[in-house]
Amino acid sequence: MAASRALTRVVRLGSHNINRSRIFQFNGLQRRGIAACIDPSIGLTDEQKEFQKVAFDFAANEMAPHMAEWDQKEIFPVEAMRKAAQLGFGGIYVHPDVGGSGLSRLDTSIIFEALSTGCVSTTAYISIHNMCAWMIDTFGNKEQREKYCPDLCSMQKFASYCLTEPGSGSDAASLLTSAKLQGDHYILSGSKAFISGGGDTDVYVVMCRTGGKGPKGISCLVVEKETLGLSFGKKEKKIGWNSQPTRAVIFEDCAVPVTNRLGAEGEGFNIAMKGLNGGRINIASCSLGAAHAAVLLARDHLCVRKQFGETLSNSQYLQFKLAEMATKLVASRLMVRQAALSLQEGQPDAVALCSMAKLFVTDECFSICNQALQMHGGYGYLKDYAVQQYLRDIRVHQILEGTNEVMRMIIARSLLAES
Amino acid sequence: MSARVLVGVKRVIDYAVKIRVKPDHTGVVTDGVKHSMNPFCEIAVEEAVKLKEKKLFKEVVAVSCGPQQAQETIRTALAMGADRGIHVEVSGKDYEALGPLQVSKILAALAKKEEANLIILGKQAIDDDCNQTGQMTAALLDWPQGTFASEVTMDGEKLKVVREIDGGLETIKIKMPAVLTADLRLNTPRYATLPNIMKAKKKKITTVKPGDLGVDVSSRLEVLNVEEPPQRQAGVKVETVDDLVGKLREAGKI
Repeated sequence: MAASRALTRVVRLGSHNINRSRIFQFNGLQRRGIAACIDPSIGLTDEQKEFQKVAFDFAANEMAPHMAEWDQKEIFPVEAMRKAAQLGFGGIYVHPDVGGSGLSRLDTSIIFEALSTGCVSTTAYISIHNMCAWMIDTFGNKEQREKYCPDLCSMQKFASYCLTEPGSGSDAASLLTSAKLQGDHYILSGSKAFISGGGDTDVYVVMCRTGGKGPKGISCLVVEKETLGLSFGKKEKKIGWNSQPTRAVIFEDCAVPVTNRLGAEGEGFNIAMKGLNGGRINIASCSLGAAHAAVLLARDHLCVRKQFGETLSNSQYLQFKLAEMATKLVASRLMVRQAALSLQEGQPDAVALCSMAKLFVTDECFSICNQALQMHGGYGYLKDYAVQQYLRDIRVHQILEGTNEVMRMIIARSLLAES
Repeated sequence: MSARVLVGVKRVIDYAVKIRVKPDHTGVVTDGVKHSMNPFCEIAVEEAVKLKEKKLFKEVVAVSCGPQQAQETIRTALAMGADRGIHVEVSGKDYEALGPLQVSKILAALAKKEEANLIILGKQAIDDDCNQTGQMTAALLDWPQGTFASEVTMDGEKLKVVREIDGGLETIKIKMPAVLTADLRLNTPRYATLPNIMKAKKKKITTVKPGDLGVDVSSRLEVLNVEEPPQRQAGVKVETVDDLVGKLREAGKI
C-alpha cells in the first residue's frame, strides 16, 4: 500500500535541507502519524487502527500529492473521491443494507482525522456528503433509502446539504425557502447560500418551509439536480476549501415530488440538526487532522532550520510552544472522540458535547496551525509549503456547521435548562 | 489437490520511522516504535489474493512468526483478502534471535502440514535485508524457487516467473509446488476496504508453537554489536585531475 509505493520514493526521503526540499513538504512521510505522544492511534482498538491505517495510506498516496494543485486550480477531485468511496468512505456510518459501511461515529471521526492530513477541503466535503447520505438513510423510507443511498455510498452521485440562506445563517430556523403543496408535488421557491458542492453535486437535501414560522414549519426535501427551475449562482472565490465548489442554489418554482420528503412535514429542522451533530464531530475531526499534520511539519522544520548557529529546536521558547501545540492537539482529540462516543451511544448530553467539541477543537486546531505557520517564518507564508493550506482550509471550520458562537448558545442553553 | 497458498508476512518497524540503536548496542529500539507489515510481504499477500481471484487457488493462508503483536500483521493480511491466519508464537529471547533459517524451517513444516501448493514471501525484510528465507525454504522442501518475481502467470501446469536480475529480466518456468519471492514491481498492493477490515475480524487465526511443528528455533548466530553507520564526512573539492589522483593516493585508495 503506502509502503511499497513509498519504497520507490525512499531515495527522495533523504535530505530535509530547506533549499532543496520544498517539494518534499508534501511527502506522505510526515502524514503517517509517527511521533509517539501525539500518535493518533493511541487508545484505539485493533480494528480502528486498521481503519485509520487505510485512511492514512489513502491520504498519503491519493490526496496529499495533489492537495496543492486541487487548491490552486480549484479542482473538485471526483475520481479521487470515488476511489475513497470504493474503500467504503462514501457512507461510513450508513447502514450496510444500502451500501454503507455501518461503522460507528468514533470510527468515522478517526477516519476523517486521518484523511484530512491528505487534504482538508476534500475530506470536509466527503464528510458533508456522508452527512447527507446518513440523513436519507436514517429518516428516509424504504423507497428513498433504496433510491438514493447506494449511489451516494459509491459516490456515483454526490450530495449537498442545503440549510443556510442569504437571510438566515445562525438563525437557521427563520429560513424562507418555501415549499407549497400542489397535488402530489411541492413547489419550491427561494434560494440557499454557501452550498458546498453546489452546482457539481447531484442530490440536494433541502430544508424548506412547508408550514408556519419557526422550526416546526420546516420540512426536508431531497431535490435532484435535473429538477426544472433549479439553478446555481456563481462559484464563490474562497480563501480555502477550494477543492469543493461553493455556490448559491436557486429554486424557481421547482416541482419536487411529495415522495421526496424525508420524514413528516415539520420534522425537517429536527432532521437538519441531527445531521449537524454528526457533522460537527466530522468537521472537528478534519481540524484535528490538519493540526496533526501542522505539528509534524513544524517539528521537522524546527529540526532543520538554523539561526544563530543552531537549529531552532534548541530554542526553549519554540520547544515550549511545540509542547503546547502537542498538548492542545491531544486534548482536542480526546474531546472529539468522547463526543463521538456519546453520540453513538445516544447519551442525553450528546448534543452539548458535540457542540463543545466543535467549538473547542476548531478554535484550538486553528491556533495550532497558525502557530505552526509562524514557526516556519517567511517560508510559512509561501504556497510551496503545506502549512498555509492547512491553516486556510480549517479557518472556515470555526464558522460553518454552526458558528462557534452558536455552539456557545447551545452549550449555555444546556447548562441553564436545568435551572 | 488442495490448491492452497501460504503467504509469509513479517512484522517490522515501519519504513517511515527513524531507527535508533539501543544504548547497549545489542540491537535497535523497538519498544513503543510503530510497526507494520513488511512492504514486500504486502506485495506477496496481494499476489496471493490476486491468484485466488483468478481462481487458480482456493485458499490463502497468512503466516507470521513472532510475539502476540504478530497477529496485527496477520489481520492486515486478512483484511487484504487472505482467508485465515496462522500465528507461530515466538517471543522473548527466541524472537530476538529468530532468523531466516528458523523461519524457513517453520514455513517448510507448515507447508507440509497445510499441504500448500505454493509459498509466496517478500523478497526480503526491510529490517534485516537478509533475502534468505525464500531460498532456504525452497531448499528445505526441495521445491523450485522463483525469486525476485516481477511477474507471475500460469502456463499450463507450470508457473511462468519473470525475475528481476542484475542483467535485466529472466523468465523461468517452474513446476508446483514452488516458492516465490515478491519483488517491488510484482504488483501494487490494494488498500483494505472498510468492509474487508470488518470481515477480517471474523476470520480465524490459529496459534501454534515452533515445538508443535517439530522445529528448533535456537540460533546458531550471536549478534556481537550493532552500531550506527559512521557520520558522513565532508568532501574535498579539487581543481584538476592530477589533484584528484594525488588525493586518492594520499588516502591510500589507489
